Amino acid sequence: MKSFSFERAQSPADAAAAAARQPDAKFIAGGTNLLDLMKLEIEVPTHLIDVNGLALDRIEDTEQGGIRIGALMRNTDLAAHERVRSDYGLLSRALLAGASGQLRNKATTAGNLLQRTRCPYFYDTNMACNKRQPGSGCSAIGGFTRQLAVVGVSDACIATNPSDMNVALRALDATVETVKPDGQTRAIPIADFHKLPGDTPHIETALEQGELITAVTLPKPLGGKHIYRKVRDRASYAFALVSVGAVIQPDGTGRFAVGGVAHKPWRVEEAESELSRGAPAVSQRLFADAKPTNENRFKLALTTRALASVVEEART
Amino acid sequence: MKFDTPAATNPIDQLKVVGQPHDRIEGPLKTTGTALYAYEHNLPNQAYGYVVGAGIAKGRIRSMETAEAKRAPGVIAIVTAENAGKLGIGEKNTAKLLGGPEIQHYHQAIALVVAESFEQARAAANLVRVEYQSEKGRFSLNEEKGQGKKPEDGEPDSAVGDFQAGFERAAVKFDAIYHTPDHSHAMMEPHASVAAWDGDKLMVWTSNQMINWGADDLAKTLNINRDSIRLMSPFVGGGFGGKLFLRSDIVLAALGAKAAHRPVKVALQRPLIANNTTHRPATVQRIRIGASQDGKISAIGHESWSGDLEGGQPENAVQQTRFLYAGADRMTQTRLAVLDLPEGNAMRAPGEAPGLMALEIAMDEMAERLEIDPIEFRILNDTQVVPDKPSAPADETDPQAKAGEGGNKDLPFSQRQLTECFRQGAERFGWNKRNPQPAQVRDGRWLVGIGVAAAFRNNQTMDSGARVRLATDGVVTVETDMTDIGTGSYTIIAQTAAEMMGVPLEMVEVRLGDSTYPVSSGSGGQWGGNSSTAGVYAACVKLREAVAQKLGFNADDIEFADSKVRAGNRSLPLKDAAKDGEIVAEDTLEFGDLDKKIHQSTFGAHFVEVGVDSFTGETRIRRMMAVCAAGRILNPKTARSQVIGALTMGAGAALMEELAIDERHGFFANHDLAGYEVPVHADIPHQEVVFLDETDPTSSPMKAKGVGELGICGVGAAVANAIYNATGVRVREYPITLDKLLPEMPDV
Amino acid sequence: MQSPGQLELNRRDLLVSTAATVAVSAVPAAAQAQNSTGETVQTTRIKLSVNGKPRELEVDTRTTLLDALREHMQLTGTKKGCDHGQCGACTVLVDGRRINSCLTLAWMHENEEVTTIEGLGTPETLHPMQAAFVSHDGYQCGYCTPGQICSAIAVLDEIKAGIPSHVSGDITAAPEATALEMRERMSGNICRCGAYSNIVDAMTDVAGRQA
Repeated sequence: MKSFSFERAQSPADAAAAAARQPDAKFIAGGTNLLDLMKLEIEVPTHLIDVNGLALDRIEDTEQGGIRIGALMRNTDLAAHERVRSDYGLLSRALLAGASGQLRNKATTAGNLLQRTRCPYFYDTNMACNKRQPGSGCSAIGGFTRQLAVVGVSDACIATNPSDMNVALRALDATVETVKPDGQTRAIPIADFHKLPGDTPHIETALEQGELITAVTLPKPLGGKHIYRKVRDRASYAFALVSVGAVIQPDGTGRFAVGGVAHKPWRVEEAESELSRGAPAVSQRLFADAKPTNENRFKLALTTRALASVVEEART
Repeated sequence: MKFDTPAATNPIDQLKVVGQPHDRIEGPLKTTGTALYAYEHNLPNQAYGYVVGAGIAKGRIRSMETAEAKRAPGVIAIVTAENAGKLGIGEKNTAKLLGGPEIQHYHQAIALVVAESFEQARAAANLVRVEYQSEKGRFSLNEEKGQGKKPEDGEPDSAVGDFQAGFERAAVKFDAIYHTPDHSHAMMEPHASVAAWDGDKLMVWTSNQMINWGADDLAKTLNINRDSIRLMSPFVGGGFGGKLFLRSDIVLAALGAKAAHRPVKVALQRPLIANNTTHRPATVQRIRIGASQDGKISAIGHESWSGDLEGGQPENAVQQTRFLYAGADRMTQTRLAVLDLPEGNAMRAPGEAPGLMALEIAMDEMAERLEIDPIEFRILNDTQVVPDKPSAPADETDPQAKAGEGGNKDLPFSQRQLTECFRQGAERFGWNKRNPQPAQVRDGRWLVGIGVAAAFRNNQTMDSGARVRLATDGVVTVETDMTDIGTGSYTIIAQTAAEMMGVPLEMVEVRLGDSTYPVSSGSGGQWGGNSSTAGVYAACVKLREAVAQKLGFNADDIEFADSKVRAGNRSLPLKDAAKDGEIVAEDTLEFGDLDKKIHQSTFGAHFVEVGVDSFTGETRIRRMMAVCAAGRILNPKTARSQVIGALTMGAGAALMEELAIDERHGFFANHDLAGYEVPVHADIPHQEVVFLDETDPTSSPMKAKGVGELGICGVGAAVANAIYNATGVRVREYPITLDKLLPEMPDV
Repeated sequence: MQSPGQLELNRRDLLVSTAATVAVSAVPAAAQAQNSTGETVQTTRIKLSVNGKPRELEVDTRTTLLDALREHMQLTGTKKGCDHGQCGACTVLVDGRRINSCLTLAWMHENEEVTTIEGLGTPETLHPMQAAFVSHDGYQCGYCTPGQICSAIAVLDEIKAGIPSHVSGDITAAPEATALEMRERMSGNICRCGAYSNIVDAMTDVAGRQA
């Protein structure tokens, strides 16, 4: 870990402005992902801006009947919030399926949105990785790829987004609210927030330099059954091989996003209209352009079966 | 004390303290965080070391630039092969513990950066710039196994009768190949050492299972006098074989302390451990079984291939097949290929653990082919004599070995309650409720199945010494270089001394893991419990003699009980013997050749119920039970813990554990605890353990054997067989993950 | 039984018993120094409460809460198993909530209340959870044990507080202290010795007495 200075930000706008002043600065909130990566010098900020004091840790109702979730709300508190449990059960369930109790007590909404990949080649600094060092190549391609992406991949990167929460937010049509260093705010639809790797896998989100996430809003509740099906080798404290976050209505229609298969939570709205035709038909649309490796091809069939399991669960 | 005839009745048989489920005596320390592990021995003026691991698997360091790191804040010294002086290599090490310029495996230590603080050492370690000349290595067991050679040591091959002919003749034949992957010990305490020099004397607090081996090999590696080393390892945060040997943390801490002229602490960073240290090597195993229609095995063959660095050792996965089931025509064969992966070595039940993972699936498959219940099939082929007679002796003049070779004399097992283990387990587990037809039982979305497997582990003994002190206040103190790696050594040693000296447990103090204490068996091969307590027994026999003499007793019926010494109607407080000063006795239990006249093994039966998600193929274990017959159980509470721990590790091996090899770069890619998944709480249900009543007077005066490894032997196969029973899908390649099940799972 | 480490301490003066000696000798040498490579070491003074006692110390900004406890305050009961949030051995309670002390920096806990295993009980007066771990043999090598115990205490509190888990059937209902719930919630604490079955027994015991 490289030596760094730090400051405690007083307001979101101050934090963003401070970040703009120092190009190698990073915001720190829970720290559960950032510090992990700093220890390995995968992240090397020279300055940390502690945003924990910004009072962005509450949930409030929006005028549209939805909720606004503070960026600093801890995953545990978000999952346990009464309104979230009753109206956005998918979000609660996705959060509770992730990490461990200890990590959820620290990790924040914004931090979870920015969680970086668990690709083993990203984590091993002896290996080439376009995310860590743009242009150095991707040593994952042709290597140990069981966990890695099957769709939306590029020749530069086959990493996945490891977050469970992001899958739920994508299915729930969340919006990410931010403030920029110049004080301007904006709202980024979740669909546009996470990027596919393309030629620039180091650019993972739509955030600009210094831009700070302040909140995540959810539209008014959808009703229906909220199901988060996370498939993994061990029963807990493991990243998903595949996960399906779905909201299924009594008439069998619904919406869903898939985790563990792409560089971003994978949602194909057109595939949702196939739900009545069964999981294989849905999968065909979902994975129309899939490029799996021999080691992770199983994720395609697994997603189909996980979807079938979700549909079945919704029915009963 | 020599042990070469079966034990007669002795004070241990009283079982007033021994055999009782006492809480661990170090429990209050471990549960309050006051037990000090290696890295926690803080010394004045200490400095921190951070290890740099090689970034390639095979080749040479072309250049190493340390100047920038040396200039970094707080840096005191940087140790590399270039400046460390001439180093030897430990007898039990294959690769060098400080590599360079030649690199023998990925993450081989190539430098230690010593700085004032941990943070400074870590940052500076990242400033060491290394350029490598990579060489092509051999990283695939499947590709290299054809070049596998017959290992020079041990008995790589065995043959009885004519396997080939017997197998050909058999009415029912079975022939299959099984794969087990590389496993990581993944103990929770990283390898860690604190080293301090005082002139040419070296003190090291470390985390090591075998103090004596460690001190020997440290002396060899540093080219210093063995007597100038003091190695201490009072608490070991898990080892499982991974801390049997000298490892890089000890050597680097010593070298770092020398270079810095200050005490130095080194803990291997977690992401280094999988590739820097040893692992259980992967195997490919071929098993052939021939039997009559009624299920009698006539021919059994087991071949195993594994790989290791040049000069390394094979994984002896065929060992149990020589002992477990009857059958006239038999063969085993072990071949070793050269691989440039990290060093392979022992992990909990080396040999039998992976061997039974294969053999006990094969037995299940053969039972099905024969349409015989898998338990009945095993019982049908049970034997009370070693089915594989000892092979030709190296020494032709040894009459014992000759008798074996002649085949006239069967070699009996000292105890063999395999059938009883199965019978009791079947009764308790509800085996009769199992549907022999696979994929028939459902519970909601879950497919439910039950599986069984035999457990077998040969009993090993190791000479073990101890010193016992009787203090003026009547406190009995035991000193031995034995280690407690979570096995319960502190407690069973205290129980042994309490029983022998007739004092309550609270009056015994136990001091372990110090190379200034008598050399013990150490902790490995499940020999530690029986051997180390036998050493304490021997020392206590001597102390009893000294006490008797001091108090003027010379009768044969002398009795030590209730802190008193009694004979006839004369009785004196034990502590009176020490009223003129402490009495000290020391002895070593030396094991003779009893185990060659009567074969000693431990046996068990595993029962497992699994649910397999009919949609996703995820397997979750619902119930586990092990029935063990392993000699006298010295402490049922700690012994049970040994078994449930072994069941847990076996569950991991069955369902998730695999060091994933990148065959291009030659390293284990999932080298941390997020990538290498071991079982968590949610994976493990309530576990039941049953110990059959057994004493084995041929094993030692304690009449005990071991259970810590028996518990992992076979459990993986029991899980595999339960998965087959649940799904009808047979997977012969561990771990049995959902991607291997799904292609054959019924559609949903 | 006395800790062998303590015995060593009595026998020789090599060992350090207090935090101050090491902390003072280790840090100031480099504090705020700019070296020849132009890199600086940044330190900061922090105040927090540990096991009910106020503590003030000077640490490198990079020092984790875990290393501050172990290396600066000599509270070595909190263990470093992986240093990357993958094992749970470093679990402590901060303002009553369990966290991984390896993935948080010391200075981020200014004025906060940290409870470590040493703050729960002593060998002579064990906390009920510590006593239950002893009587149920909920540990073997002991290295993950302080983290398991801190987590176990927090888990029972979390259930009482109504926080749902991944295995809760109805997440809008109040969870109960079942074995299934405890196993899921304890999954961030790895025990390679495999004492899980006994740990859940110990927790069930304590939960039963609390109820």
